[in-house]
Amino acid sequence: MKEELIVSGKHLPGIYPDLHLWHWEIALYLFLGGLAGGIIFFASYFVIMGKEKEMPTAVKWASIIAPLALVIGLGALFLDLNHKLYFWRLYTTIRFQSPMSWGAWTLLLITPLSFIWVASYLKEMFPSWDWKFNFLNQFEKFVIKNRKGLAWILLILSLIVAVYTGILLSAFNARPLWNVSILGPLFLVSGYSSGLAAIMWISKNESERKVLSRIDLILIAVELFLIVHLFMGFMAGTAVKQEAFNLFLGGPFTVSFWVFVVLLGLVLPGVLEIFELRGYHVPKWVPAFLILFGGLVFRFVMVEAGQITRYLY
Amino acid sequence: MRYAMAIDTNKCVGCADCVVACQTENLVPHGFSRDWIVEKVDGTYPNLDMAFQSERCNHCENAPCVRCCPTGSSHIAEGGIVLVTHDECIGCGACIESCPYDARYVHPDGYVDKCTFCIHRVDKGENPACVDVCPTYCLHFGDLDDPNSDVSKALKDRNWYVLAPEAGTKPQLYFLR
Repeated sequence: MKEELIVSGKHLPGIYPDLHLWHWEIALYLFLGGLAGGIIFFASYFVIMGKEKEMPTAVKWASIIAPLALVIGLGALFLDLNHKLYFWRLYTTIRFQSPMSWGAWTLLLITPLSFIWVASYLKEMFPSWDWKFNFLNQFEKFVIKNRKGLAWILLILSLIVAVYTGILLSAFNARPLWNVSILGPLFLVSGYSSGLAAIMWISKNESERKVLSRIDLILIAVELFLIVHLFMGFMAGTAVKQEAFNLFLGGPFTVSFWVFVVLLGLVLPGVLEIFELRGYHVPKWVPAFLILFGGLVFRFVMVEAGQITRYLY
Repeated sequence: MRYAMAIDTNKCVGCADCVVACQTENLVPHGFSRDWIVEKVDGTYPNLDMAFQSERCNHCENAPCVRCCPTGSSHIAEGGIVLVTHDECIGCGACIESCPYDARYVHPDGYVDKCTFCIHRVDKGENPACVDVCPTYCLHFGDLDDPNSDVSKALKDRNWYVLAPEAGTKPQLYFLR
């Protein structure tokens, strides 16, 4: 075989070989965005289905996490920017071809709406809560009256936010690991699964947890199915895709992906949830923690590994 | 109008004059550069073949950086030159991640910076700084739509290749071999 050696003369410490531009900020945001998307989705879904009474944690208590996660995630995104004081430029235009523009606009809508959602339940959660101002009381009444409408809006926005975490990466043609269309659905399912895990963790209601466990089992199965498809695509792909695949099969991300993401983050919590549904006692925080941890590691692995892969020329 | 550059890999000696000329012309901060030299060695020892490529932004016709930019800061100017408007750039890095050629970097001032084909010179009818300074005359710049331009003439009777055509970006740097 003819050998080829490429020596780049780009010996510039500011650019090469450290092109790693995205660090923990992006990975953390992708995780928190998916988590918030999941929580908001299930809160609004159960309200639309009229199951507010049966699923109190999903609708009320857990939804407190969503705005907090979004705010922390937005903070992380802001830290990632290099030209921070110009961040408002995101909101002077809409770029239909740029997923980041879509994401920025969606976040601008979903963050305040998720706060309003939580605020409308504050009186139910804390009976002594007092809004102090009359206009706030009136606004609360208005929101409660239109809660189903709000739920529908949040349901759609939560879909966009959770899919966006994957599409943000898959839009980058130059990084073959990311440039796969299945990444959007995969991040969506993974984010929703994280959301469910968070709800299950804080839920004190046995029957509610059972329903959530069942949904989560389906999501875990779908996620495993999508991961198999992802790797089938890489295996059958061109040289650059195979190189991306090799990072996970013998490469530096083998252990972190297969052990922490697949085994500890998906398979084990899935098995524990099956045991729990069969009536065995499993501490409720164990599967929830594993899913959240696996989801976080998954984001870090994808962000780090994707930046290594590139076109070979 | 369609600006492009042809790089004669048979003539390039890898002296990096183009790199220094660009850094001087465009006041590129220390430790960064908008163009660079790639040394390609082919074959099995002792039968080796060596070629130099002077690379920079490919000013792609289907530019992924422009597509990914959330603020419209990255844009295609007249003549197909891909530019960044500094005070619209938020430094998010989407364009850097989307570039198959790694042609962009974050300027210490926060915005993303890259080769401009020296548009300030081209607008006056001059060549980019790297082209003018090349001691072996291996860089050819001009308008592809004009058959008499330097680049059109260079491409006419030579074989050429572009970098990573499979990325689908329609790059506008042509490497003569």
